[in-house]
Amino acid sequence: MAKRAAIVGTGQTFHKSHRPDVNGQELINEAVSRALLDANLTMKDIDAIIIGNMDHFEGINYVDCWSVDGSGGTMKPVMKITTGGTTGCTIAIGGYHLVASGMFDKVLIVGWEKNSESDTSGAITTAFDPIWDRLVFAGAISGLAAEAQAYIARYGATDRDGARVSVRDRKHALNNPHAQLRKEVSLEEVLASPMLADPIHLLDVCPRTDGACAVIMASEDSAEKITKTPDWIWGTGNRHPYAYLGDADYGRLTSMERTAKEIFKKAGIKEPRKEINVIELYQPYSFAGIIWIEDMGIVPPGKGAEYIWSGATDMGGELPINPSGGVISCNPIGATGLIRCAEAAMQVMGKAEGRQVPDVNHAVSTGFGGCWWTDMILHGKKKPNY
Amino acid sequence: MAENEHIVIESGEAAQPFNYAVGMYGSRFFKELRENKKIMGVKCPTCGKVYVPPRGVCGPCFQEMKEFVEVGPGGVIGTYTILRFAFIDPETGHQKPVPYGYGFIKLDGADTLFQHYIDLVDEKKVRIGARVEPVWANERKGTIKDIQYFRVVE
Repeated sequence: MAKRAAIVGTGQTFHKSHRPDVNGQELINEAVSRALLDANLTMKDIDAIIIGNMDHFEGINYVDCWSVDGSGGTMKPVMKITTGGTTGCTIAIGGYHLVASGMFDKVLIVGWEKNSESDTSGAITTAFDPIWDRLVFAGAISGLAAEAQAYIARYGATDRDGARVSVRDRKHALNNPHAQLRKEVSLEEVLASPMLADPIHLLDVCPRTDGACAVIMASEDSAEKITKTPDWIWGTGNRHPYAYLGDADYGRLTSMERTAKEIFKKAGIKEPRKEINVIELYQPYSFAGIIWIEDMGIVPPGKGAEYIWSGATDMGGELPINPSGGVISCNPIGATGLIRCAEAAMQVMGKAEGRQVPDVNHAVSTGFGGCWWTDMILHGKKKPNY
Repeated sequence: MAENEHIVIESGEAAQPFNYAVGMYGSRFFKELRENKKIMGVKCPTCGKVYVPPRGVCGPCFQEMKEFVEVGPGGVIGTYTILRFAFIDPETGHQKPVPYGYGFIKLDGADTLFQHYIDLVDEKKVRIGARVEPVWANERKGTIKDIQYFRVVE
């Protein structure tokens, strides 16, 4: 039987497009120091570390080894997990597994990236099959564009619907001092921005960011001693649906559907739209904000755009999505999934300051990767009864 | 194709220090493409799904597949995009010529989508469901580039 586990502290850098003032381990140290401060712990309290990023991005492998000065990992158990875009969420799930297993009481989880030091599209290409997948491939955006086109053909959405999601997230980012891009945009500005890959405009997609995030997870033996408001982990899951890019069901994120169903069933959540109070969605481009909330079971297939336009997912709405400004406002890729997790934890713990959603009982954070797999975590204010 | 023959994936003048095996399934595919202008898929004996490119195992059924079936060469556009921003092609080190059509082609008889270029000579005709056919390379070498691109047909 697994031990219950909770997030007891989080820390982030102030994410920027370029941080030439620090190297990788120094960037990592900023996030780790803030997480320890937040939990009122020291490195002596930490039993193990899980770290991850897209190590082929910067072309420097084995961050688990070279970062120990900054991560605090000197002479401690350190493990690296890297799963592409989902890395930040997978390291959180890995940390949960370590704590829930009972083998480690307090685990530090670290995600980071210096996209400014990387050829991002070139590096992403190396994640795909050299014989079958690379001829036409154009980095992350080509698959996302193909998804949006398929969804539009199936359900009749428009690029204006996508733009509405971008407007929301970019507005939310104004409340988050850690976000990289903090500038409000209008629907017209999104639609007038350069077309990158039909139907995706420049302002529909995420930027490239330097940043790090750290999360401390503790077992139920110590979580409530560390903080009065631990963020309990209610469930985690992930799914991988395909081998080659052409195998995917474009227009539907089946990995999200399966993962969400599994977790909600475990937690006894029957009406996610009403029982979840906030979502930090790993949404690398605007149309995902419509499509993937359908796959998550928040609204039925084809109803995503209508729900977005109603304002329900804006701050103050029924179910705010991405109070942090989301991935469209900030994307240090190896940290991005963990930032979703940390932001969801902050919402549950009541620590989200200017972006706090009132009375959060359940929050969901997700990770998305290359291109069609999903990681997901259900967070809760109360201790799960299992 | 002789056993010791190698497929050459060209990267212009850039050299890459990798030698990948495509396996027996990939070899069959490229041999038929080069010698007979045939596109081969493989069928799962359990679920009946036809996969292109062919591979040894049906993932969902976790079942070995042995039955090759010819698919295409025509099909319809399953989904697509038109790439309009310039970026460096990591395979060649050169800027990719944009705009270009990126097609996920549903070849006749296949259940998965085959990725290739789509000709943009008449961009308005490039849409999901449009009928396409391959345009073959003059000299076929047993690579994915034996098909130059797919074009929309009426």
